Amino acid sequence: MNKVFTDATSALDGLLFDGMTLMAGGFGLCGVPEHLITALKASGTKDLTIISNNAGVDGDGLGVLLETRQIAKMVSSYVGENKLFEKQYLDGDLELEFNPQGTLAERIRAGGAGIPAFFTKTGVGTLVAEGKEIRDFDGDDYVMESWLRADVSIIKAWKGDTEGNLIFRKTARNFNAPMATAGKVTVAEVEELVEPGTLAADEIHCPGIFVQRIVDGGNYRKVIEKRTTRPRP
Amino acid sequence: MAWTRDEMAARAAKELSDGFYVNLGIGIPTLVANYIPDGMQVTLHSENGMLGIGPFPYEGEEDPDLINAGKQTVTELPQSSYFDSAASFGMIRGGHINLAILGAMQVAENGDLANWMIPGKLVKGMGGAMDLVAGVQRVVVVMDHNSKAGDAKFLTACDLPLTGTHVVDLLITDLGVFDIDKKNGGVTLIELAPDVTVTEVKERTAANFEVAAGLA
Repeated sequence: MNKVFTDATSALDGLLFDGMTLMAGGFGLCGVPEHLITALKASGTKDLTIISNNAGVDGDGLGVLLETRQIAKMVSSYVGENKLFEKQYLDGDLELEFNPQGTLAERIRAGGAGIPAFFTKTGVGTLVAEGKEIRDFDGDDYVMESWLRADVSIIKAWKGDTEGNLIFRKTARNFNAPMATAGKVTVAEVEELVEPGTLAADEIHCPGIFVQRIVDGGNYRKVIEKRTTRPRP
Repeated sequence: MAWTRDEMAARAAKELSDGFYVNLGIGIPTLVANYIPDGMQVTLHSENGMLGIGPFPYEGEEDPDLINAGKQTVTELPQSSYFDSAASFGMIRGGHINLAILGAMQVAENGDLANWMIPGKLVKGMGGAMDLVAGVQRVVVVMDHNSKAGDAKFLTACDLPLTGTHVVDLLITDLGVFDIDKKNGGVTLIELAPDVTVTEVKERTAANFEVAAGLA
């Protein structure tokens, strides 16, 4: 079965519908599936629920889907870099579900691993635990959190082969790896698409079983959110 | 004279020990990395999936794929490793990180911490803070003693939404250092910044606290 698509638009063809739930990889603007986000914007699909650690920044990352008002709800841990997000949220135009970052990551991991719920100490005694089951394990309270799964996960890797095996680069791995496992369909964009056997099997971060579609993204903008440097000696 | 941001960071660095794996929050806690004593090996953890955070890169060598949890460009060290977000928080929740140093909006005398939102006003999110305070072995908070408006931030009880309950072990402000017994309750002022008096600290604090012997 061919997993390879020629561009981001065709890679999403037939998968998108209004009101769907998507997972989008990346941390800040690091490791975001930038070509798939652009294609999603062009598709005009709306009322999206997007599970992503952040909401991009104004004019970049998932921020572009806020401009077109395609997002109805975000499930995120931190949205502090985005003024438009804050405005749409405070105006009541955008629903927001805050998850602690580790709970978000584990809910996604659980979704991909077939674990419908788990207990964590994170958030006990806070707003996050309201309305959720609390249970004592060995003398401490833990809150029950449920799995997250998506209609489609869009992720970005460094290298991939035509079987969908992926290798990520440095801190661009972040949510991309767990999200690959939790989409009914996972679409990966890569900087370099190679033939099977080119990537060392021992060094694959994400086995191809989790990836249904793959596209060579070509050129990447890779925007740096906070450029920090030190003087040369 | 109250401590500067750098002096607060230097004081927080005294909580480090050789071999520690440490997570530093955004703001003053990030400065703690500049005060790790020579010869002490401390490995810095970043929530977005890295152990062994190196210094900022030289200009022109920034790598968009290599950032810390504050989204700043950083570098790797020979001992660095990368992993995904689920593994990263497994380290945190699983108690493998020795120490977290975080900022705060409010701290209460029972160790409660609030640092993620002001209802109706500030919408940023908790990021990894709730996981850190729930899972890391020891939690140190570094914050200004009072808000810009002059209000107390060290309180009998937080009025902002909580990040965690009974989680803060040590509070470092520009005025001094408080030891918090988060299990049994009880706060002790254990250090003062130069020329700061106990009376001044009491005037600017809403929380109840004891004063350690020897602090006039």
